[in-house]
Amino acid sequence: MAKYLIVGNSAAAVGAVGSIRQVDKDGKIVVVSNETHSLYSRPLITYLLAGQVDKNKMSYGDPMFYRKNDVEEILGKEVVAVHPAEKKVILNNGAALPYQKLLLATGGRPIVPQVEGKDLPGVFTFTTLDDAKKVDEFIKKNEVKSAVVVGGGLIGLKTAEALIARGIKVTIVELADRILSATFDRKASEIVETALRERGCELITKNTVWKVTGRGVVKKVVLQGGVEVDCQLVIFAIGVMPNTELAKSAGIEVRKGIPVDDRMQTNIPDIYAAGDVAEAYDMLMSTKRQIAIWPNAYAQGSIAGSNMAGDAKNYDGSFAMNAVEICGVPTISIGLTDPQEAGYEVLEQYGKESMVYKKIVLKDDVIVGAIFINKIDRAGVFRALIKSKTNVGIFKADLLRDDFGFVWLPETFRKHMVVGEGTEV
Amino acid sequence: MKKIRIREKYCMGCRLCEIYCAVQHSKSKDLVKAYRGEYPKPVPRILVEEKDYLSFAIQCRHCEDAPCIGACITGAMSRDPKSGAVLCDENKCVGCWMCIMMCPFGVIGRGKEKKVISKCDLCVGEKEPACVKNCPNEALVLEEE
Repeated sequence: MAKYLIVGNSAAAVGAVGSIRQVDKDGKIVVVSNETHSLYSRPLITYLLAGQVDKNKMSYGDPMFYRKNDVEEILGKEVVAVHPAEKKVILNNGAALPYQKLLLATGGRPIVPQVEGKDLPGVFTFTTLDDAKKVDEFIKKNEVKSAVVVGGGLIGLKTAEALIARGIKVTIVELADRILSATFDRKASEIVETALRERGCELITKNTVWKVTGRGVVKKVVLQGGVEVDCQLVIFAIGVMPNTELAKSAGIEVRKGIPVDDRMQTNIPDIYAAGDVAEAYDMLMSTKRQIAIWPNAYAQGSIAGSNMAGDAKNYDGSFAMNAVEICGVPTISIGLTDPQEAGYEVLEQYGKESMVYKKIVLKDDVIVGAIFINKIDRAGVFRALIKSKTNVGIFKADLLRDDFGFVWLPETFRKHMVVGEGTEV
Repeated sequence: MKKIRIREKYCMGCRLCEIYCAVQHSKSKDLVKAYRGEYPKPVPRILVEEKDYLSFAIQCRHCEDAPCIGACITGAMSRDPKSGAVLCDENKCVGCWMCIMMCPFGVIGRGKEKKVISKCDLCVGEKEPACVKNCPNEALVLEEE
C-alpha cells in the first residue's frame, strides 16, 4: 500500500517527493501518470521541437531522481475514481490502489475550440512530450513550410518560436488585441511582437479561427470574417483547463480548480491538491485562484508533501508571474502589471533603441507589479519586495536605477531582507 | 555547511572579488589570458553594490529553502549533496530565467552568451572561494554555519 499516492507527474509531484523524503525516508511513494513517459520536463517540449534540446535530455534534472528517492512510477494509467471513505483509488485497468495520503496534481489540459475541421490531420495541441513527438513527425513527413498557431499566450508563443527555429513560416492568431495580454501591458507586448515580426512571424490579432479546412489534411484556416490563411499545420494554444473531473466525482469541492487550504489540503482530509489544478492563495488578489506556473506548482507540491509526511508547513501564497525568453527577448513579468483602476502609481523606463523596458507598479508606496524586458537582472529583488509588501516610499526614486540593489535600501531593510542569515551589517 | 559571510563595514569597493571570481570561472583561470584572449569575456558571479561610501559584495546565499531550485523548469538547479551549495548544471539550463525572477537577492544573472544562467558555485572543489581568498580586507569570509 502506498503511504503517499501522487496523481500526476510534473512539477507538483517532484516538489512533493522532495519534501516527503526530507521527513520520511522510506514511506512508500507511488506516482501515477497517464503518460507513458517517465518523469520529464514538460516546458522543454518547445525546446525539443526547436531542436535545442536532445530527446535523450528531456528528463527533469537527475534522471535517477525517482530511483534515488525510492519512488514507484505507474505509467500510462489513468486514475478513474477516488474513494475517500475507503482511501483508495481505482485505475483504468481496474486495479485498486490504497493510500494513506493522496495528492491530486492532475494539472490541466489544452482547450480545443469546437470548430469545423478540428480533427483534421495536422491539427494539434502542444502540452506533452507525445504532442511534441507527433508534431515533429508530422513536420518531417509532410515537409511543413507554414503553420498557424492559435493563441498568443506563453504556450502559443514558445511553440511559434520553435516552429520558426525550424524554418517554418508561422502566423499567430490571437483573440485579444495583442499577445501575452494576460501578463503584459501594451508596450511589453509590442516589444515582443516586434521581435516576432522581425523573425518573419505574422500576427493577426482580434480574430480567431472559424474553421479549419482541407481534404484529408490541413490546408488552411478560415478566420472569423472570412480571412483565409494557408497552412499545413495548426496548433491550438488558446488556454488550458484544470483536470478536476476526478476530484469532482470523488465529492471533493471543485470550483474552477480545486480549492485548498494553506496546507494544500482539499476539503476532504488526507487528500491534497497542488499545481495547475489547485486554487491556492493569491496574496495580491487576496483570494484563492489558480496560477498555472511552474514555480508555484513546485512550491505547492513541496508544501503538500511536507504536510502529507506530518511536517506541518503553511503555503504563504503567491501571485501571477512569469519569466520567458521569446525570439531573443528576455522578459519577466510579476504581479499586477497593468491595473486599469485608479489608485496606482507607475514608474517607467523605456529605451527606444535598446528596447529595454522597465515598469514598476505601486499602490500606496508598496510595489504590486513589475515588468522587465531585455534587462531582467535583479528582477527577483522586486518580486521579494512585492512579496514582503515592503513600503518603498523612501527609496522609490531609486527603483529604476540601473544599479538598483540592496545598497539603496535603508540599513534596517537590508538587515531584514537581504542580508538575513550569513550577512553582517 | 560553509557559507560566505558578507561584512559591509569592511568592504572598500575595490571590486577585486569580481575580478578574481571572473578569472576563477574563466577557461584559463589566468587573469591576463582570461581578460585578453577569452571569448565570451569572463563574467563575475559576484556583484559589488555601491552607493556613496557604502559598498558590499553579494553573491548567491545558497539559501536553505532556495526558491530557484523549485522554479527551475529543467531541474538544472539543484543542491549539491556534499557541499550544500546550490549549483546549476549549465548543460541542462535552457535560459528560461525563472530563477532570476525567483531569487530574492538578485544574484543569478545571465551568463555565457546570455544562453544560460550564471551564479556563485562557492568555488566547489577549491579550498576557499576566489572572492574570499582575494578580498584584501576580510569583507568576505568563509564560515561554517
